[in-house]
Amino acid sequence: MIDTVVFYLFAALAAGSALVVVGQRNPLYSALALIVTMGSLSAIFGLLGSPFIAALQVVVYAGAIMVLFLFVIMLLNVKREDGESSQSPGLRTTAILLGAVLLVQAGTVLWAWQVAAPAGFDASAVKVAQALFSSRYLYVFEATSVLILAALVGAVALAKRER
Amino acid sequence: MSPLQQELAIAAVKVVAIFVVLLTLFAVMTWVERRALAFIQFRLGPNRTGPFGILQPMADGIKLFFKEEVMPAGADKWIFLAAPAVAVITAFMSIAVVPYGKPFHAFGREITVQIADLDVGLLYIFAISSLGVYGIVLGGWASNNKYTLLGGLRASAQMFSYELALGLSWVGVIMLAGSFRIQEIVTAQAGGLFHWNAVQQILAFPIYMIAATAEVSRTPFDLPEGETELVAGFHTEYSSMRFALMQMAEYVNMITVAALGSNLFLGGWLSPVPSLIPDSSLWFLVKLFSLLFLFIWLRGTLPRLRYDQLMQFGWKVLVPLAVLNIMVTAGALAFFPAGIRAFFGFGR
Repeated sequence: MIDTVVFYLFAALAAGSALVVVGQRNPLYSALALIVTMGSLSAIFGLLGSPFIAALQVVVYAGAIMVLFLFVIMLLNVKREDGESSQSPGLRTTAILLGAVLLVQAGTVLWAWQVAAPAGFDASAVKVAQALFSSRYLYVFEATSVLILAALVGAVALAKRER
Repeated sequence: MSPLQQELAIAAVKVVAIFVVLLTLFAVMTWVERRALAFIQFRLGPNRTGPFGILQPMADGIKLFFKEEVMPAGADKWIFLAAPAVAVITAFMSIAVVPYGKPFHAFGREITVQIADLDVGLLYIFAISSLGVYGIVLGGWASNNKYTLLGGLRASAQMFSYELALGLSWVGVIMLAGSFRIQEIVTAQAGGLFHWNAVQQILAFPIYMIAATAEVSRTPFDLPEGETELVAGFHTEYSSMRFALMQMAEYVNMITVAALGSNLFLGGWLSPVPSLIPDSSLWFLVKLFSLLFLFIWLRGTLPRLRYDQLMQFGWKVLVPLAVLNIMVTAGALAFFPAGIRAFFGFGR
C-alpha cells in the first residue's frame, strides 16, 4: 500500500520534472529539473528492490554527469532562450507529426503492458543486467545507445552552426 | 501497535534524537574550534559568554537570527534561497546510515543504533555526498557575484577530484569485509587494535583522511572559501540564518566524515584491547572526537594549498596510491593462503 503511494509520488515527480526539463527556457533550471528526474528514478529503482542500481543512478547521473552539465552552463554563462526559434514552419509540422507517432507508440506499449510485475520477477542488480544484455531488452538497450549518439551528433551540429 | 507502526515509531525516535544531538554537536564544535584555534595561535578565543565561553554558540545563534537577510539585487531568487537548504539536507541525509554502536535487543526486537541499516550503506553515502556539492555550486552561482561563482566552481572541481580518491580508499575496506554495510565493516574489524582497518589498510587510512578533508573543504583544502582571495568564497553573499545553514552543512559534513572514518578504519564501537576493556559506544565517541580534533589541529597548523598543487596532488598522488592499495589488497586476498591471512586477521 505504502509502496504504491510512494511509487506514484516519485513517478509523478519524475514525469513532471522531465516536462520542466523540456519546457523551461532557462538552461540552468532545465539541468536542475533533470537532477530531480534522476533522483526520482533512483527512488523508483529502490522501491523495486534494487538499491544498488538506485545508488549508482544517483552517483553517476545525478552526481557526476549533472555537475559537469552545471559546470558548462555556469562557465559559458548560457543565457535564457527567449523568443521564437528561427526554424522554418515545415520543420515544426514534421516535429509535431513525429511527436504524435511517438505518443501513439508509447500509448500502445502502456496499453499492452501488464501493470504488476510477473511472478518471480527479480529486480536485483545482477538479474537486471542479465535481462538487459541477454535477450529480451537487448534491442531496446542498443536503440537507447543509438539515440544518445544521435543526440550527441545533433548537439555538435547545432553548436557548429553558431560560428 | 502493528509491527509497521512500531518500526515507524522507533525510526521517528531515532531521527529526532540524532537530529538534536547533531545540532548540539554542531554548536559545540564551532566553540571548540574557535577555542582550540585560539590556543594554537596563543590567543584566548571566545571566553566571556558563560563558563569558559561555552554559551558563545547560543549567543551567535541569537545574533544570526536577528540579523537582516540580504539578497543581492541580481541574484537568482529561488536558487539563492534553495541552495542552503540543499546543502543542509544532503549533509543530514548522509549521516543516516552511520552506526554509532552495537545493535541491542529491546521491546522484543533488535534495535540498531543508526537510522537506516542499508545493504548499500557506503554507496548511499557516496551518492548523497556527490549531491552535496550542488548546495555550494548553486549558492555560488545564484549570488551573481564573481567571487562566489569562482568559489562554487572551485568547490565542484575539488570535490569531483577528491571524491574519486575517497571512494577508491573505501574499496580495500569493502573487500576485506565483503560488504557495503557499514555495520558489517565494523564487525569485520573485531579482535583488537591490529585488526582495525587503520592498520590492515595502512595506506587507505591516510588517503581517506586527506580526501575527506578536501571533500569537506577544510584547511589546507579550503580554497572554495579562501578568505585572502575570494572574500568568503561561495557563501560571501549569504547573511543571517542562511549563512548559519551553510556553516551547519559544513560542520555536519565534517562530523559525518569523522564518524565514517572511525567506523571504517578505527573499528567503530570496538575496543582496542577487547580482552581488557569491553566494546562500547563510548569508544566510538572517543574516536569521533579524536578525528574531529585532528581536523581542527590541521586547520591550526597547515597553510592553504595553491590550486594547481591541489589538483596535482589529488590526481597524480592520491588516486594512483589508492589504486595501488586496491591492487595490493586484492592480490593479498587472492593469493595468500587462508591460514596465513587468518593469523594476521586479514580478510574474512
